[in-house]
Parts: sequence; structure tokens; C-alpha cells
Amino acid sequence: MTVSGSGPEEKIIIWRDERFWKIAFQVITVVLVITALSLLITNFSQNLARQGTTFGFSFLRNSAGFGVGEALVEYQPQDPYVRVIQAGLINSLRMIVVGIVLATVVGIIAGVASFSENWLVYKLSRAYVGLVRNVPLLLQLFFWYFAVFFQFPPPQEQINLFGLIILSKRGVTLPGPALSDQNWLGLVLLIAALFIGGLLWKLVDGAWARGRVWASPFSRAVNGIIAVPVIGAIAFLVFQGLKRLISGESTDGFSLGAGAWIPVMVVGLVAVFWIWQQRTKAIVERGSTGKSQLYAMGAILLVTALIFIFGLGWEAPEIVESGGATGGLRLSVEYAAGVSGLVFYTGAFIAEIVRGGIQSVSKGQWEAARSLGLPSSIAMRLVVFPQALRVIIPPLNSEYMNLAKNSTLAFAIGYPELYSVSSTTSNQTGRPVEVFLIIMASYLIFNLLISVSMNQLNELVQLRER
Amino acid sequence: MTTAPQHAPSQAPPKTVPLAPLEWLQKNLFSSWFNTILTFVVVGVLYLVISGFLSWAFTTAQWAVIPNNIGLLMTGLYPREAYWRVWTILGMIVLLGGLTWGILGRNIANLFGKGTLIALAVICAVFVVFPLTRGSSPILIGMVLLNVAMAWVGQQAARKYQGLGQWISIAWFISYFVVLWLIGGGLGLEAVRTDKWGGLVLTLLMAVTGIALCFPIGVALALGRRSELPVVRWLSIAYIELIRGIPLIAILFMGQVMIPLFLPEGARPDRIIRAVIALTMFSSAYLAENVRAGLQAVPRGQNEASVSLGLNKPLTLIFIILPQALKTAIPAIVGQFISLFQDTTLLATLGLIELLGMANSVLANPNYLGRYSEVYLFVGVIYWFFCYALSLGSRQVEKQLNTGR
Repeated sequence: MTVSGSGPEEKIIIWRDERFWKIAFQVITVVLVITALSLLITNFSQNLARQGTTFGFSFLRNSAGFGVGEALVEYQPQDPYVRVIQAGLINSLRMIVVGIVLATVVGIIAGVASFSENWLVYKLSRAYVGLVRNVPLLLQLFFWYFAVFFQFPPPQEQINLFGLIILSKRGVTLPGPALSDQNWLGLVLLIAALFIGGLLWKLVDGAWARGRVWASPFSRAVNGIIAVPVIGAIAFLVFQGLKRLISGESTDGFSLGAGAWIPVMVVGLVAVFWIWQQRTKAIVERGSTGKSQLYAMGAILLVTALIFIFGLGWEAPEIVESGGATGGLRLSVEYAAGVSGLVFYTGAFIAEIVRGGIQSVSKGQWEAARSLGLPSSIAMRLVVFPQALRVIIPPLNSEYMNLAKNSTLAFAIGYPELYSVSSTTSNQTGRPVEVFLIIMASYLIFNLLISVSMNQLNELVQLRER
Repeated sequence: MTTAPQHAPSQAPPKTVPLAPLEWLQKNLFSSWFNTILTFVVVGVLYLVISGFLSWAFTTAQWAVIPNNIGLLMTGLYPREAYWRVWTILGMIVLLGGLTWGILGRNIANLFGKGTLIALAVICAVFVVFPLTRGSSPILIGMVLLNVAMAWVGQQAARKYQGLGQWISIAWFISYFVVLWLIGGGLGLEAVRTDKWGGLVLTLLMAVTGIALCFPIGVALALGRRSELPVVRWLSIAYIELIRGIPLIAILFMGQVMIPLFLPEGARPDRIIRAVIALTMFSSAYLAENVRAGLQAVPRGQNEASVSLGLNKPLTLIFIILPQALKTAIPAIVGQFISLFQDTTLLATLGLIELLGMANSVLANPNYLGRYSEVYLFVGVIYWFFCYALSLGSRQVEKQLNTGR
């Protein structure tokens, strides 16, 4: 930029030369950063030496010695720290996954409600968003815990809603499917296998589209080497998952077990979805009424619903004389309060994202779809919603990541999630740096997982241009 | 156009005729059977919720906990004999606020329109009627009058002297240090240790400090991330992505524990300073992303035009790129400030007695056992008020700066 038109022989004074400054500035930055880091690390090692400890993760094998309120994995206080961190990790995941699903539902309902023709519903949606977004999450969690769930009566005088939901200070009991732990594990494995399979299919599909798969014997070999073990692993996972699903309830006697119905239901839902697509196609392209497909969908849905209601063996909680309940899905007060707070807080943000997304689709799109003769439900689904989704998904990704990070606040109301058990570990062992690295790595992985799945989703809905 | 119409068609949209009440109800609440059901359900639920809340608020709730502890909630354990300093700070902020109002509104013919006067009267009436503020209502009404007087002075002065706007910014900047001096003491005032700072005062102090510190760092990181120098770019990306991947509470807690570990022996910054460092580190990474979005929205042609005019890189950045980028990013930046303000509540879990922490300590007092709903509602209203005011302010600034469209 500075040299223009002058001969190559002409020398520029060095401090006028942009190239010199570019390199010098970077060298200075590197030197500064390295100096600062080495200073910090020297201080750190000196401080550790003074305390008589060294950096390392061997403490994880020592006995933890503290109990946790609830854990999905088996855990005793004398187990090593690794186990307690594992328990916290699973508790965190349980809160994050359930929170994401419910927050999405709440957010979409509130977001769509803000377009309601009904004045009351519109105002209610706006009031919810304006109220919840402007109050700190921690305060809301305290409110849910102390002012709502903590105010329930003691187990002796528990509230019984139609024999289905039981509320007391000790926890919330909901009806739940009678699935064993192995059933649940199998279900998780199945979902994981489907997810990995989907990713892989995209990968191979993409490579195919670019003409790489059959391009040369060499690349074919490479693809084979990568694909065979991965597909093998997925097949193994699916097989294991199905085996567990089936064998989990083998004591049942007369049936394959509740878990075995899950794959049947999945197949049914996929079939309904496929027929739905065909029906839309028929309506749009051939102008048919789509009645036959509607009947087929209804029949399959009815069967699936019947399986859902009767096949899974739903268990309503049974009330025990002394108070409390057995069976069903038991949630601790801490978990219920934490999930409620997270869901309603994040839901308000998602509602704004959904609202913004739908607003971003210009009115002309809607009018054009209508003038082409599309019914309004199909115009919404085929024209407006896909365009809105393009705007919705990227911010939704960061909102899910925020939910994952905000789940740490549940520690303040006594839910033993990852941060809670880690900070106890740090206090007991006096190793904040190592524990911090564990927390950091865990949340980076959580966020990476969310980000990868959302990016996959995003790619599906993005505009395909040349 | 060959034949110009006699009366040019008006550009204004057709006049909307206000609906009669019954028509309005029919259109907005009962337009279809679905909407009718929805209306009845919503009205029913609202009735249950609101009547339940009102009967709780007027019968069961024991509001005495709030007025008995208002001093604690506002200022924490700050010594009673030094309360005049907090009042002085409030007075200073009100004075500067009034001046700013006047200067910003220098071109408005009548600064105190009907709406403003009504709002001021309502505020004064609330100060007299509301039991919480009745005790100090003379001072509070004095503050309102001071604000109004200063607004008038500011408007008159701004009409006379140009360029007063810069001075008011400098006054705000200086006032921050005066506030610190008044709260902390020293230099002739009796010193108040930081563990006595608390309540709303500490919340606001932390939030303002965090916002002031994270803004320049965030802008620098955003510029770094878009730099063409690979080293600077990669360092910025690493910092931003790393920080954004970790929950704030982990950063705050480890900031308290780890910062002393990485400093030479004996150097142990005050825990409020450690909290501010952690809060700033966290927020600046998020702010950087907001600013980056603003930077990306500035067309490349702006940069090229500026270079072709002979401006060098720093000048281009300061006078051409950043003003446009920041203008675009205002809503996102204010959103980040609001969340920083809300994030100060997390300090309560580290034992700092800011507003929420103070609320928890009030609730731990055996005299006020179980008064959760009352205290949390009150604190929630305070947080809501400040966050809502911030977002309203951002909309106003956006409107004022929106010169292009």
C-alpha cells in the first residue's frame, strides 16, 4: 500500500514500512504473552512448592468422603473423587437435556403466542418475556426453590392431584413409564447411535456429492478404512441397545417387555412423518384433498398412541400410608426447582428468538404463498417457517449453550451437579487449578456437542445457493 | 409525469377509525370459536392467579420484613453514621442526571411536557404514600426537585454554550472516582472496609465497574479477532472461545481461589477486586462477539473509501469503522450490559453481600424465617426496574443515533 509506482531499488525508511510494523507488532505481542504466562506459571509453581503440593490429577483416586443428595450412578461416600465427579456430570446432563427440550417447547409456544389474534394471549406472552428476561436467573431459582417448591406440605400431608401428581416437600412424583434402568440406557444408546449414524451418512453423502467416494481406488480404500469400524461400532451399539431393551423386562413373563415397544413406536412415527410429506406433496402438486393419506396417518397414530399408553406400562405413583409415594417418576425438589427456573428463564429468550425469526420473513412471502392457492397451514409450514428457521437456529444454538452453562446455578439451591461436586472437591483437596481444568473441559465438551448438532441442523435448513 | 394531479395523493396511511368497545372485543377476543375458548381459559387462569396473589399480598404476607431491613438491603452493613455519604452519592447522580437530561433535550422547546409533569408528580406522591420511602420522603422529594432544577439549568446552559456535552461525559467519569472515594473513605473521610460494602450500592458499583472495564477490552478483542495479523487473531479467538465455553460461576469461584495462586507471595487483592476481574474477563469475551457482529455489518467500501482519502489505519478505525459498528451493535451491547448487571447476583454465592446476598442474609435472620416470597419479590422488582430502564434507555439511544433511516 505504501509502496506504489517506485522502483524496487528504492529503500523505505524502516519505521515507515508497514510490513516491518506488522511483524514487529506480532513479535511484541508474542513476547508479552509469553512473559506474562511464564511469570504467572513461575508464581504458581512457587506457591505450590510453598504449600508442599505438586500439580497433578492423582488425587482423583482418593476417597471423596462426602455424600451427594441424588445420583443416577451408584455412589457411596467412600468412593473415589472420580466417581463423585461422574455422578455430578450425569446430574448436570440430566438437567441440561431435559431443560433444553422443555425450554424449546415453552419458548416456541410463547413466541407463536405473540402473533396471536387474541389480544389477551398476545399481551400475556409479551408480559412473560418482559418480566422473566429482566430478573436475574439466580433470583428466579431461589424463588422457585424457597417460595414455591419449599412451601409444599410435608410428606404426611402431601398434595395429591387426581392420583397422578404428588407434591410434597420431599419431592415431586409424576407418572412414569415402567422402564428399567437398562431400558433407559438402551434408549440413550439408540439415540446416540442414530445421531452418529446420521452424521456419518451426511459425511458419506457429502463425499459422494463431491465425487470423492468412487474417485480413485486409494480414496475408496481410505473411506472404507474409516467407514467400516464406525459402521461396525454403530451396529454394535444398536444391537446392544436393542438387546438391552428387550432383555430388560424379560422377567415380565408374558411380553417382550415395555422397552421393546419403543422401536415399534419410532418406526410408526417415522412412517407417519413420511406419509405426511407425501400428503403435502399430493396437495400442492396435484391439488388432491389428501384424505386417504389422512386416514392412513390417523390409523398409524392411533396405534402408536395406544402402544404409548398401554405398551409402556405407565405407573402412577402409589401413596404410602406414612406419607410419600412409590413408583412413577420421582423428582427431587432441587431438581424440579432447578429445571423450572432454567426452563422459564431460557424459554423467554427462545420466545424472542422465535418471534424475531417469524417477523424476519417478509409479508410478501406469505401473500405470494396465499395467492398461489396454498392453504394457510401449508403456507406456514412450507413457505414461512423454513425461512424463519434459518434466522432462528443460530441464536438458538447459543441459547442452548447458555442453558448448559446456566445449569451450574442449580448448585445454589443444593442440586448436586458438576460444579457443585467439583467445588466441594476443590475445597477438600485444595486443588483449585486441577478442578477448574476438569470443569472447563466438561463444559467445553458440552458446548461442543450442542454446537455440532445445531450446526448439522443449521446446514439442513440453510439456503442452498450456487 | 405529464399531467400532475391537482391534489397530490397524501403519503400518510389511511386514518384508522377507533373501534367501538364491543367491536374491539369481537375483533380481539372473540373472532373465532378457538379464540373465544382461549379467551375464557386465559381469563379464568388470570383470575385465579391474580386473586390468589392479591389475597396473599394483603392477608398472609408479612411485609414488615422489608421496611425493617431496608437499610441493609440498600447499603449492606455500611455504618449508619456514614449513611450521609450514600445520600451524597445519590444527590450527585441526580444532579448529573438532571444536567444530562437538560443538555440532551436542549432542542426541545418545552422540557417539562404534560407527561413528564404527571410522572414527576406520581413519583413524589409515591414517595409520600409508600411506607418504605415515607421516612425519608423530604430528602427524596428534594432529590426530584434538584433533578428538575438541574435539567432546567442544563438546558439553559447548553443553549448558551456549545459543546457542553463533552464536559458532562467528563463529569460522569470524575464522579465515578468521587463515588469510590465517598464509599471507601480515605483522604479525610473515615475509611470503610470493603467487607462493609453491600446491598444495592455494591450491586450497582460492581455492575458499573464491570461495564466500564469490559467495554474497552471487548472492543479490543473484537478488533483483534478481525485483525489480519495471525498471532493477534488466534490469541483473541482462543481467549474469546475459551471464556465463552465456561460457566460464569466457575470463573468467579476460581477467580477468588486461583488469582492469589498465580500472583507473587503476599499479593492478595481484595475479594471485590478479584470478583471485578473475573466478571470483566467473562463479560468482555461476550461483548467482543457483539462488537464483532457490528464490525461485520460495516461495508468494506467504508474502509476502502477512508484509505483512499489518505487516512491511516488507526484513524480509519476510530473515525470511520468503529462509530458505525458500535451504532449497529447498540442493542446487543446493552443486552450484554443487562446480563452483566444480572450476573452480579452470582457474587452472592461467593459470600459477597450484594443485593441478593443481603436478601439471603435477611432471610437467615430467625425473626424473618420463611418470608421468602416477600423478600425475593421485592428484590426482583428492583432488578426488574434497573434492567427494564436499561433496555428502555437503549431503545432511546438507538432512536437518536438512527440518523441514516
